[in-house]
Amino acid sequence: MTQPVNEPFVWEKYRQGRSVEAVGVVIRSLNKSFGDNLVLRDLNLEVTPGETLVILGKSGTGKSVLLRHIIGLMKPDSGAVTVGEIDVEDQEFRKKHTLAIVFQSAALFNSLSVGDNVALYLREHRIYGEEEIRDVVRETLTVVGLEGKEDVMPSELSGGMKKRVAIARALAMSPELILYDEPTGELDPMMTHTIGDEILKLRKRFVVTQIVVTHDVYLAFYVADRIAVLDEGSIIEIGAPEKLRRSTNSITRDFLRSL
Amino acid sequence: MNAVYLFFQTTGELIALFLESMYWSKAAVRNRDKVFAHMVEIGNKTLPVAALISLFIGGVIALQSGPQLAQYGIQENLGGIIGLSLVKELGPVMGSILIAGRVGSAMTAEIGSMSVYDEIDALRTMDINPVRYLVMPRLLAAIIALPLLVIYMDVIGWLGGAIVASTNPSINVSFQIYYNNLSSLVEFKDVINGLVKSLVFGIIITTVCCYIGLRTRGGPREIGTAVTRAVVLSFVLILVSDYLMTSALLSLGLG
Repeated sequence: MTQPVNEPFVWEKYRQGRSVEAVGVVIRSLNKSFGDNLVLRDLNLEVTPGETLVILGKSGTGKSVLLRHIIGLMKPDSGAVTVGEIDVEDQEFRKKHTLAIVFQSAALFNSLSVGDNVALYLREHRIYGEEEIRDVVRETLTVVGLEGKEDVMPSELSGGMKKRVAIARALAMSPELILYDEPTGELDPMMTHTIGDEILKLRKRFVVTQIVVTHDVYLAFYVADRIAVLDEGSIIEIGAPEKLRRSTNSITRDFLRSL
Repeated sequence: MNAVYLFFQTTGELIALFLESMYWSKAAVRNRDKVFAHMVEIGNKTLPVAALISLFIGGVIALQSGPQLAQYGIQENLGGIIGLSLVKELGPVMGSILIAGRVGSAMTAEIGSMSVYDEIDALRTMDINPVRYLVMPRLLAAIIALPLLVIYMDVIGWLGGAIVASTNPSINVSFQIYYNNLSSLVEFKDVINGLVKSLVFGIIITTVCCYIGLRTRGGPREIGTAVTRAVVLSFVLILVSDYLMTSALLSLGLG
């Protein structure tokens, strides 16, 4: 992940020339079933480096399962997921690429303060010294509008603030790809807008690939470069938001009706 | 047939979790703060209740066996009887059951809740091994703190027995006689016997409670069920392994 030259960011000081670029994702013939329930059916998808792709689908269509395959938390029955030309199941994958995910539940560590949550990855992998980590934590929390909240415990935060801390935690990893699992689930419309702004801000400020999985059609059209519509485990339509607005597909039309 | 398969699968996975935790103990120095925090939880915070339990256990053994021995005029052996039963059996078993109920249940609840609310997956996506981060510090803390807690319980239990023996008129054994008999009968190998047992019980409690926590799926109800299952399984394994270890130590001449 990089940022515009005229906007210095604290990581640049510590990256020591390591280049971090956005990566593309290629999914080929992905199949996954749980018992008799086929959740993903011969799913194919390509995400280009640096784009924000929204995977739009109703509840229970396999969106979260797909996301878990992309980040390597689930193994497919058949097919493959390639990120930056390396299979996510490859032993070397984690050494070569950094992926971050913002979970639907935010998944903050309740026993750690906000600052320690954001710093966890950097501390555990000894990427920076303590002073630099404090700088990164301060900067990332500022990016998501939570400056000065380092010492607050997650239990004291609202749902929207937890999501923003989760975004800061993802950002602190300096990832090449950020995945969002229902980022606006359980949030009010105002907070949905705020989270949408955060995703747009990252797209403008950093060169990072983002994949957002949601059933929130408003968010999809707000942040997406392209939207992929998922139904019954397959991508039925993909394209720019303007293209999808003219779609004749009945499932896509169903979604558009709620806009 | 399924039950047999499940038994061997669970046993294998428990052993694998223990071995993986031991492998990650190479990172113990780096994680010393976490190990120390769990030691405080297992040891320090359990001290008051452990003292209360062991004081009354020592007292009740004296109360039950003292008058019986006095009928035959051999009540001066009370110190040794209480000393040996505490150091070899009651100290390690009661201490471990206390830790399984007080600390093991909290381990399962905390790790189970982390599993249910995606925190374990969040660790994996950060390339942080959950066994190294969550299980290893707890295991090392239990291995260090539980034997120390058992020594503490033994001493308080001896004291409880001595108080009852010296104050109960139907026993009437002085502190001095009680102590002399205890120190002549309880040998160093008996203390080691109890410490070996408590070390194994510490491994059992931590491994079982963390294993069940890591495998918890669902919601708050499943977390509650997991805690119950972890505590019950820990109790059963503590008692079964106590029997097996006692027979093994006896055959080795350490019983």
